[in-house]
Amino acid sequence: MPAYKREDFASGQEVRWCPGCGDYAVLAAVQKAMPEICSELGLTKERVVFISGIGCSSRFPYYMSCYGFHTVHGRAPAIATGIKVANPDLLVWVVTGDGDSLSIGGNHTLHCLRRNVGVKILMFNNNIYGLTKGQYSPTSPKGKVTKSSPLGSVDQPVNPVAFALGCGAGLVLRAVDRDMAHLVEMLKAAARHPGAVYVEILQNCVVYNDGAFRFVMDPAQKPVHALYLKPGGPMVFGPEGRFALVWKEGRLSKVEKASVPETSVVRHDPANRTQAFALSQLWHPECVPLGVFHRAETPVYESEVLRLESEASAKSPADLKALFRSGLSWRVQ
Amino acid sequence: MPGTVQTEEAVIRFAGDSGDGMQLAGLRFSDAVAWSGQDLATLPEYPAEIRAPLGTTYGVSSFQVRFGSVEILSAGSSLDVLVVMNPAALKVHLPDLRPGGILIVNETAFEEKAVKKAGFSADPLTDGTIEGRWVLHKVPMGRLVVEAGADLDLAPAEKSKARNLFAVGLISWLFQIPTASTEGFVRKKFAKSPKVLDLNLRALAAGHAYGETAELFEHRFQLRPAEMPPGDYAAVTGNTALAWGLACAAQRSGRKLVYAAYPITPASEVLHEVNKLRSFGIRPVQAEDEIAAAGMALGASFAGELGVTVTSGPGLDLSSEMLGLAVMAELPLVLVDVQRAGPSTGLPTKNEASDLLAALYGRHGEAPLVVLAASSPVDCFWTAVEAVRLAVEFMTPVIVLSDGYLANCAEPWRIPGPEDLPSIEVRHASAIPGTPFKPYARDPKTGARSWAVPGTPGLEHRIGGLEKKDVEGTVNYEPANHEVMTLLREGKILGVRGRIPPCEVFGEASGDLLLLGWGGTFGSIRGVAKRLGEKGVKVSHLHLRHLHPLPSDLGAVLARFKKVLVPEVNRGQLLKVIRSFYLVDAQGFLYTRGRPLNEAELEAAACALAGGEA
Repeated sequence: MPAYKREDFASGQEVRWCPGCGDYAVLAAVQKAMPEICSELGLTKERVVFISGIGCSSRFPYYMSCYGFHTVHGRAPAIATGIKVANPDLLVWVVTGDGDSLSIGGNHTLHCLRRNVGVKILMFNNNIYGLTKGQYSPTSPKGKVTKSSPLGSVDQPVNPVAFALGCGAGLVLRAVDRDMAHLVEMLKAAARHPGAVYVEILQNCVVYNDGAFRFVMDPAQKPVHALYLKPGGPMVFGPEGRFALVWKEGRLSKVEKASVPETSVVRHDPANRTQAFALSQLWHPECVPLGVFHRAETPVYESEVLRLESEASAKSPADLKALFRSGLSWRVQ
Repeated sequence: MPGTVQTEEAVIRFAGDSGDGMQLAGLRFSDAVAWSGQDLATLPEYPAEIRAPLGTTYGVSSFQVRFGSVEILSAGSSLDVLVVMNPAALKVHLPDLRPGGILIVNETAFEEKAVKKAGFSADPLTDGTIEGRWVLHKVPMGRLVVEAGADLDLAPAEKSKARNLFAVGLISWLFQIPTASTEGFVRKKFAKSPKVLDLNLRALAAGHAYGETAELFEHRFQLRPAEMPPGDYAAVTGNTALAWGLACAAQRSGRKLVYAAYPITPASEVLHEVNKLRSFGIRPVQAEDEIAAAGMALGASFAGELGVTVTSGPGLDLSSEMLGLAVMAELPLVLVDVQRAGPSTGLPTKNEASDLLAALYGRHGEAPLVVLAASSPVDCFWTAVEAVRLAVEFMTPVIVLSDGYLANCAEPWRIPGPEDLPSIEVRHASAIPGTPFKPYARDPKTGARSWAVPGTPGLEHRIGGLEKKDVEGTVNYEPANHEVMTLLREGKILGVRGRIPPCEVFGEASGDLLLLGWGGTFGSIRGVAKRLGEKGVKVSHLHLRHLHPLPSDLGAVLARFKKVLVPEVNRGQLLKVIRSFYLVDAQGFLYTRGRPLNEAELEAAACALAGGEA
């Protein structure tokens, strides 16, 4: 096992995102995380594969020194599924964006997650179409003024975390592009999880949607809104732990921590999907949860395929001669 | 006792309501025919609705068997015997019964209400529709089976269900085909319900006895066994043969075969069949749609295994972007299109071969790939194997065209020995120390790039749908490079011509008329050419398996004939290609009625063109 360094994962190809793009931060985090991931999982670099669709984020594979396939708009989860079924030993990442994953590729995202294929989907959410130069995306808030919605978008946006939970994803995470330490932790958690993983990475598009997530990116605002989820820990956030989440009228609500008894502060239980759904409904200005929303270990698709294959082989080994005579057959003398 | 007439072949169709058990009747009779040593071809036809309303013309289901002591090339289109179980079946199928043909009707079902529902204004059995044109036998099958099972403790409606076996018994008597295999089947199928078993055996025997005792039939027929080369035979449909061909390809290449597909008529049976073949290394995935199915197959190819998807026309439409990516990424991919009548949803259960131009050209950009077509149910096996071979040798997507007729039609297959099965060589690249890996460096012989698969140390590389720099494989937008790459992709596919054997012309190598066909029309066209030959009308036949690239000697062959007639189950798709490639004034015999080519009409057209007398 070679001890990799961060540089070992850079392809050397000139990176062509806009100056100041959040994608640079994500690329740096992935390159930082990969040596640790390889060491932890006992993987060599050639077993790591990055698959992408189309969009700014989908250029990602070109900048990694691993195997990579930049495919068709929205279809990366399908191609990644084929790769995992063909060779379950590979660590397969899908790099995608809000348009690629939730608009044109919504269907494939749904089925990849519900099948629980061992694919790690990194969805760079910038609430905008960048590569086509600034149209509203399926995550753009209603009323968003863009080139294709000069009077404000009338589309209702999709909530990526709630969508992934609804698809039955086994591990659902959220991170922020410029919070390197946390993002690296999330990437490691994703790599460690055997089944399907959906990571929403809030990513700043400096050209077409600058500041869309300033409430968790601006150092002054972030402490007020960001709730870093800690398994087993109380949901407390804000300056000096000023705020807490409690169950109120069937939803998780933000309160002044001092106003409620300690025991009513909700503790984070990633195994609890219902609670994860409640968490997914929280957003600015109330509270933006970051980290592991939900984790459940269910049978992994490609392992099930292998199981059926070995059971079938044990029951009746491959024999073409017998196969050709398995239906109506007769002999002519 | 009626006398016996020797005959060489016969075409029989069993037709009835969806609930009349016609598929079972046809299959049982086919089995019996195969066991008795005749050559045969079968053609089932179902309604598109799963449970169509009772007694309607669109709920009619049928099964056709052509068998004989001579070589049987197709299921035929003109019937010698038609068995109809209800008025709707009569309405739908009577036009296909040849003049003077035998019509056997289940008289029990010809009640006034049913006759009206089928769209007849009066009872067609008595109003002069049939008299003098066909030989009618009215047999109250429904009543007779109820009587045969009189002492059995079953409801009359249940007893009546055995009427399909009565029909099998009667037809078996008429053609002197032993019923032992049918009895064996009945014993196995109804082993768990002794009363139903008893009833069905009685119905079969009653049908046989009816022929013997009713003294309605002028004579029985007798067929010698066909002269078939010795060996073991299996009856296969095109869809089964296709699945077996894929299993063979996986075995002979030593690779896994990821079979990704979305259910679609008439291709779904292949998905069902491969699910039984996991031990052969086939990994079936039921995808969410055909886009994903083709994508999964391509992903499997990227990972170094065999990626295959099988679909029908609507799925071909959806797969086109993935085919384009496979052309650009230069990865092997096999897509089988079991064609059906279109456009759009069209006639899902009816036959048409109208996706040729879509297969050849249905992608944006210059996206050449290999297109093959299977010519018979058995040929689906060999075409599947060849498609995998070409895909991995040339690192290219390959489209295989089958159709609804081939898919469902069954014929005997002389089972090949291991020595007859081709090997498929798969070569994955490995790193050469000190030499940087160039993903788009090419094999000088085939023009194929090397297949470097994830997991191989030292060959890490990135590919994708963006244009590649020649040799290097990096993203490149230079205009001159784009032209180089466009020509390289085109030239690589044209190079497949080196793998195509010379054209085999049936009949004279030159002359007045060449019938040029492709795909599932092989049997029909060959039969027509043979029959015309026997009548002294010289007609040659060439059938294409390779539709892109076309065989290199095709132009020379076409030039040796004064006239070229292209029979197709579409509006002239190969015809357009031939006319544009070879500047030949070919004509079409075009047929889009949801059925295989009408052989009698084709024969007349070919005969007229060849200057013969029909």
